[in-house]
Amino acid sequence: MENQFFIDSDELSKEALERKHRLENDPSVRTNHMEYMEGMDIIESDICKKVMSQVEEYDYDSFTAKDVVAALGHETCSVRDFMALLSPAAQPFLEKMAEKARVQTRNHFGNNVYIFTPIYIANYCENYCVYCGFNCYNKIKRMKLDMNQIEEEMKVIAKSGMEEILILTGESRAKSDVKYIGEACRIARKYFRMVGIEVYPLNVDEYKYLHECGVDYVTVFQETYDTDKYEKLHLLGHKRVWPYRFDAQERALMGGMRGVAFSALLGLADYHKDALATGLHAYYLQKKYPHAEISLSCPRLRPIINNSKINPLDVHERQLCQILCAYRIFLPFAGITVSSRESATFRNGIVKIAATKVSAGVSTGIGDHESKYEGKESDNSGDEQFEINDSRSLNKMYEDIKSMGLQPVLNDYLYVQ
Amino acid sequence: MENNNDKLILGGHEFDSRFILGSGKYSLNLIEAAVKDAGAQIITLAVRRANTKDTENILDYIPKNVTLLPNTSGARNAEEAVRIARMARALGCGDFVKVEIMRDSKYLLPDNVETIKATRILADEGFIVLPYMYPDLNSARDLVEAGAAAVMPLASPIGSNKGLATKDFIQILIDEIDLPIIVDAGIGRPSQACEAMEMGAAAIMANTALATAGDLPLMASAFRKAIEAGRSAYLSGLGRVLQRGASASDPLTGFLR
Repeated sequence: MENQFFIDSDELSKEALERKHRLENDPSVRTNHMEYMEGMDIIESDICKKVMSQVEEYDYDSFTAKDVVAALGHETCSVRDFMALLSPAAQPFLEKMAEKARVQTRNHFGNNVYIFTPIYIANYCENYCVYCGFNCYNKIKRMKLDMNQIEEEMKVIAKSGMEEILILTGESRAKSDVKYIGEACRIARKYFRMVGIEVYPLNVDEYKYLHECGVDYVTVFQETYDTDKYEKLHLLGHKRVWPYRFDAQERALMGGMRGVAFSALLGLADYHKDALATGLHAYYLQKKYPHAEISLSCPRLRPIINNSKINPLDVHERQLCQILCAYRIFLPFAGITVSSRESATFRNGIVKIAATKVSAGVSTGIGDHESKYEGKESDNSGDEQFEINDSRSLNKMYEDIKSMGLQPVLNDYLYVQ
Repeated sequence: MENNNDKLILGGHEFDSRFILGSGKYSLNLIEAAVKDAGAQIITLAVRRANTKDTENILDYIPKNVTLLPNTSGARNAEEAVRIARMARALGCGDFVKVEIMRDSKYLLPDNVETIKATRILADEGFIVLPYMYPDLNSARDLVEAGAAAVMPLASPIGSNKGLATKDFIQILIDEIDLPIIVDAGIGRPSQACEAMEMGAAAIMANTALATAGDLPLMASAFRKAIEAGRSAYLSGLGRVLQRGASASDPLTGFLR
């Protein structure tokens, strides 16, 4: 089964609909997704080649139980061991993997579990990514917060006790330019100890500017490392350029950021290969930039407004758990974030094994924190990117983590420019 | 301690306890056990964790009679370490500082060159500087010259609980450096702490070994006893250890007239 992504809005003009259908059905009208657009930095890097050559050769069905047992017995997890742990042969060893992952997590992070919250400040988007609620053809209520609204939202979030924030936008340079994002980050620095961003990929000098505005953490999801699949899912806009997205974390580090986060959106393509690529991407980048703080996320596809049937296909919770255990064993020092796309039960279970960071008090809509946190009526908000699956507040999350014998941490960070 | 005159002296301050709680894997239970059961009089505090708002400020949980040892974890070079140390002083953490500089997020190994630079600047500013370092004699000598109050070599990779992997090099520092040598990072068992103390280490810093123990207070008290036992053994002078085989009952040089 494949997801049925294409949804036609009744608000689109005839011309717009025709163009949309052409993009969906005729590959020849789409731009070359491997070619940089004007203004995009091209950096010298061999990381993409290193990652993709191993991903292409990865034949996960060739791994056997013997390879998995060997991988679990090794003190240091090699790339080949990582491949074995991600293979179907490792599924029967999930409990053993979880045991090993838990030991690694506790050795490197103790009982600490970090808590953060995302804030979406705009949902305008110039791209047509067929699975995303923000895509430019989806009929949703669009909104962009001004600086006063951003400050109000941040005050409300900070009042809840939150100390780390992740600022997100839809991917529109025209509606949410770098300066707009930078100003939002300057405001965030007043209220939060740590500010991260998850916005469209930028050039090195733009990352440098945002670092000066107080940002120290950059998250970019590659969505899928399968370039052919990527081409079929990202039909329009600058996001279509796969290699520019791949090098985003490296450009962020070149711009002075302290840490970077990686992920594939699980359910879009072959998850074995996407998980391998994510791990190797992080591994080789940390090797090249040893000071970089590395973290991984593991989002699975979720339903969106106007398409409630989107789902993560064959990536069930057992597969997700296997991937996270493999990440932890391969990269014991890396942070692992599990977002509110997953249920409270799954998140409670996975923080005991591999995850080191969870979100709380989450809204993926625009400008609705006051109504969500304090119950104030407001119809002035923008629509959500996807449906969340765990709506716990900061206080509830804090208490739940504590009750599991773990130590919730709101801040372990110092911005030093 | 049996010997009341045997004090650990750091920057002119005297301590009876030779166990220092490291930072990293904090929980409030850990602080309590370290003070009550391990007898810690010094507790390390990551400034990046202290730099928090009211909900979870570790500073509030540390007993007033305990000396705070803020560390510069998160610093990637001397300049950042110096800034974090100054921040610690401004937060009211006193003059002690543990310099910790890492340019590697995977193994968290200290950068000796940057550590020496930071030590010099901070010692000049009146800090009591305890630098965390990779056990290298030349670097240790530079740290002495830069004004360090002690030298803190790692025993094995941080958080690894692997014990005295660098034993021979730590012994060289103990033999050659006229400052207290505090063994930091990697001590995973009380027996390893005891061994380091027998060698002549001045104190032990540990965190993971306690934080990941089954029964925290029990492990804390085991560390206390092990450190005291090792110290007593060192002070008493260890008995002779035969290297290989037995010694000859007739002297090998007995034929000499």
